[in-house]
Amino acid sequence: MESDKIRLKIASPYREVLDVEVDEVIAPGEEGQFGVLPGHTPFLTTVSVGQLTYRQGSQLKHVAVSHGYAEVEYYKMIVLLDAAELPDDIDLDRAEKARLRAEGRLAEISLEDKDYFEELAALDRAMNRITVAKI
Amino acid sequence: MANLKDIRKRISSVKSTQQITKAMQMVAASKLKKAKDSVVQARPYAIKMGDVLASLAVRVKPGKHPLLERRDEKKIELLVITSDRGLCGGFNTNVIKAADSFMKEKGEGSEEILLSVIGRKARDHYRRRDWEFKTEELNSGTADFSQAESIGRTIIDRYVEGETDAVYVAFTEFKSAMTQNIVVKRLLPLEPKMLAEDEIPVEYLYEPSEDVLLADIIPRHIYTQVFSMLLESIASEHGSRMTAMDSATKNASEMTAKLTLLYNRARQAAITTELMEIVSGAEALN
Repeated sequence: MESDKIRLKIASPYREVLDVEVDEVIAPGEEGQFGVLPGHTPFLTTVSVGQLTYRQGSQLKHVAVSHGYAEVEYYKMIVLLDAAELPDDIDLDRAEKARLRAEGRLAEISLEDKDYFEELAALDRAMNRITVAKI
Repeated sequence: MANLKDIRKRISSVKSTQQITKAMQMVAASKLKKAKDSVVQARPYAIKMGDVLASLAVRVKPGKHPLLERRDEKKIELLVITSDRGLCGGFNTNVIKAADSFMKEKGEGSEEILLSVIGRKARDHYRRRDWEFKTEELNSGTADFSQAESIGRTIIDRYVEGETDAVYVAFTEFKSAMTQNIVVKRLLPLEPKMLAEDEIPVEYLYEPSEDVLLADIIPRHIYTQVFSMLLESIASEHGSRMTAMDSATKNASEMTAKLTLLYNRARQAAITTELMEIVSGAEALN
């Protein structure tokens, strides 16, 4: 199926978050960001916490994503994520609170603590949400 | 002849029970709708996950990952998923019955059976029979992916450490509000969907390598499966409760009709007797 668009689908365990036709996708891979244009060779990779950006015409849109997988196949791209949020769905207050909470905890515990990285990841997710919501 | 007052009491008690069953039916109906939506919405993720896994698994040798490796089934873990709350017809009993017959069938060999439960009903049932549980969780009525993840993780840990050789799950599959299937499904070892003969697997680029990806995806696939089983079970519970309460409400209506008839007859009889007494009293005076 020859096409000049990519069918982008994003799903979390709870629901399908997005199903749109786009011109370009830039996603945060575990080993660095990667861009996808129509006709991309089949590609399977992991996605880490960050912003997934897609372009429709000249319009850029963002999604806050967390850990998951992306599968690219020429003219379609499927992203399976633990959590994905569109800017409109993000509760900025809640994210801000989560950020403060994580920062508070991180200040208290030391690097050796087994919760340290969990808290760091929580902070990461909160910051990510805030950035996406503010774009 | 039954006492008039007694009948009146019965009628009012049946009527108030009917109000309760009616209310429960409506609550179950609205919860069912929500639960059904979550089942449907969770499907794309689960299906796609299975596809990705299948395309990866054909490229990797079965021995590559412990969760794909088959062993002799000596120690079998059975996970029973029920609800916390009752009043849902045969929902819980049926699951437990299926679990029991599965254990009986498997237990006849030399297999040892380990039990895990989700939901208060299964827990109470098996605790009374002196079972010990490997995993014991409640079923709050809303499925939570992190709960599925933690359940899945303990199951995988036991399997990897050789504490179990196979894991089965007894739960209720959701078809519609009226039909639910009780099934016992194997969760581990994993059997990835095979590609059809004429289907040529797409050559993917992998980043990181396929082994690393596979090791990462397999556990997640298990969590997803546990999660969708939980979702289906919850939707079935509400469906089952809705039908049970619907028929309870209908029975209550029938009961009221019968009792009212009885009541009217008794009242008529009482009036007739009273009239007869008056008439015969008056006659005696003349």
